[in-house]
Amino acid sequence: MLEIKNLHVSVDGAEILKGIDLSIDPGEMHAIMGPNGSGKSTLSHVIAGRDGYEITGGRIIFQGEDLTGMEPEERAAKGIFLAFQYPVEIPGVANTTFLKEAVNAIHRFKGEDELDAMQFVKIMRAKTKELGISDDMLKRAVNVGFSGGEKKRNEILQMAVLNPTLAILDETDSGLDIDALKIVAEGVNKLRAPDRSMLIITHYQRLLDYIVPDKVHVLAHGRIQRTGGKELALELEENGYAEFDEAVA
Amino acid sequence: MVATTKTVEQVQELADDKYKYGFVTDIESETAPKGLNEDTVRFISAKKNEPEWLLEWRLKAFRHWLTMSEPKWSKVTFPPIDYQASYYYSAPKGTDDGPKSLDEIDPELLKTYEKLGIPLKEQEFLSGVAVDAVFDSVSVATTFKVKLEEVGVIFCPISEALEKCPDLVKKYLGTVVPYTDNKHATLNSAVFTDGSFVYIPPGVRCPMELSTYFRINAKETGQFERTLIIADKDSYVSYLEGCTAPMRDENQLHAAVVELIALDDAEIKYSTVQNWYPGDENGKGGIYNFVTKRGACRGRNSKISWTQVETGSAITWKYPSCILQGDNSVGEFYSIAITNNCQQADTGTKMIHLGRNTTSKIISKGISAGRANQTYRGLVKMSPKAEGARNFTQCDSLLIGDQCGAHTVPYIESKNKTAIVEHEATTSTISEDQLFYLRQRGIPAEAAVALVVNGFCREVLQQLPMEFAVEAQKLVGISLEGSVG
Repeated sequence: MLEIKNLHVSVDGAEILKGIDLSIDPGEMHAIMGPNGSGKSTLSHVIAGRDGYEITGGRIIFQGEDLTGMEPEERAAKGIFLAFQYPVEIPGVANTTFLKEAVNAIHRFKGEDELDAMQFVKIMRAKTKELGISDDMLKRAVNVGFSGGEKKRNEILQMAVLNPTLAILDETDSGLDIDALKIVAEGVNKLRAPDRSMLIITHYQRLLDYIVPDKVHVLAHGRIQRTGGKELALELEENGYAEFDEAVA
Repeated sequence: MVATTKTVEQVQELADDKYKYGFVTDIESETAPKGLNEDTVRFISAKKNEPEWLLEWRLKAFRHWLTMSEPKWSKVTFPPIDYQASYYYSAPKGTDDGPKSLDEIDPELLKTYEKLGIPLKEQEFLSGVAVDAVFDSVSVATTFKVKLEEVGVIFCPISEALEKCPDLVKKYLGTVVPYTDNKHATLNSAVFTDGSFVYIPPGVRCPMELSTYFRINAKETGQFERTLIIADKDSYVSYLEGCTAPMRDENQLHAAVVELIALDDAEIKYSTVQNWYPGDENGKGGIYNFVTKRGACRGRNSKISWTQVETGSAITWKYPSCILQGDNSVGEFYSIAITNNCQQADTGTKMIHLGRNTTSKIISKGISAGRANQTYRGLVKMSPKAEGARNFTQCDSLLIGDQCGAHTVPYIESKNKTAIVEHEATTSTISEDQLFYLRQRGIPAEAAVALVVNGFCREVLQQLPMEFAVEAQKLVGISLEGSVG
């Protein structure tokens, strides 16, 4: 599904990612853990195609296609979804308007018919019901005046509606209290599917109490230092990231 | 001496994402001799079979115009206008007698309006909207007249109103915008050709939206229409105007005047979707839109509300204003102005509070992209007698790119201690974060910009009559195409 080979990325001349190798199969959930500044968010942004990152070496292959040089909207249309660490506010644009625009843009890209208002409402109703999100959220402007928990739930709702093949969750747990965390995790678990892969990026282990990954990778100093099963997360919780500091020193 | 010109067909291959109204209709027209002098004024007046008093008024205006200089206080630049290089009257041949039944209209004209999305055949048009179509200097059709007449509403070209109800025209024409007002308005007073006249009798709520669609077609022709709307006691009317013009390399002058009069308890809602040809991306061609619009709330509890969506024209110079004379009267101004490429706009409003407890609200949303420059210029004036008057002003500017400019110039004059004036202003840009967020969801860059801008303008778009709000939203997107790259 996703194949990252020896990926090197620089920002303003400074190398942030120094040779990442990562392979995720369909239906798998991987977690990337690591200390602040290790390059976790850079990796998620580079997969999604954000400007401002220079790929100096390596490749990102998604479903057999090289993503390098593809516009963000094209990657989105091909099934890549990024749940943002800090979801962005779009004043004056209702959530439904935004989502309808997104869904239809992807339909257009694929050469499919656009959904009309009725078809779209039907899908939205089904998704909000499935995730236990109130319809009220649909009418509000995108993320404007949302609490931290609401913003993250809105990301999960968008993921459910856009139905991606690869979902990347960038520090989805940050800024959430335990109740909000549980609700968000529940949403993520509902969206697990045999044909959908997920990449969870997190600093803390606690999210992984609710979302159980198939594999855990430790990212530090721009490299994946260790890969293991879910028990690796517990070990990190115990010992912190100190050992990886030494690994470099 | 009538010159007949035949405009050359030059319908260009226009991609949908360019100015799609830029086509020219191939139609024979009758024009006045080129240039401007007293004979031009007499020619127009004679063409319209006007009463003597109106010709005199026009001539007074013309003679006054000769003594005036152009307003220089606005933040726009353009070379001196050669007033002798234009035609001041151009009418499709055979429209001498004013609009006739739809069956008799030149099919070319009907086709033009269909292309513009304004089918004039009543059964095909949006139900509930009556249209007066003005083509160059004359009105070519007015729809739903009979239905409106049943409730006593008069909606017709101003030239027809001069025959039908000359006393009303004489009583109100030039009373809100006097012929001495400013150089552009004075020129209009001298050479205005057509425009709409509306009269709503006491107690009547106009049963449908009234709309005028202005189209400049002929080349080297200025358009000088004059609109006069009178809402008698306790009446209501909602009026909308739209405008487009062909793409031409030269600059064409559009100097219109709109006068609104609201008597006791009356309300006028006036909406504009202005999409004149803006010129090309290097600033060649485009319309000079120098327009004077003013409403007088003469009666107690009267209300005038202006809503404008200004996306076109090379230069926009326009300040729809309210004179709040009647006690408790209300003035509103909702504006979206979008300038892209080399467009310039200096626009805003004037709220003149004369009566007691008068209130006004100004919501202005300015979007600037490319190398465009835009100024909000607004006056709020509280006169000594405006006890308890209130104003609230909010001016928001959105910048796209790093080569455009936005300026806010509020003038506040308060001569009454009890009056309250509030002014808020913000300037923002579309952030990288917003763009990336939307694009990550599959929305291409230009559509993402359009979405953010539509959100920014929502408060104003909501004021438009529903039938036009959707069109206006699309227009916002189209006007900004090419602004991100």
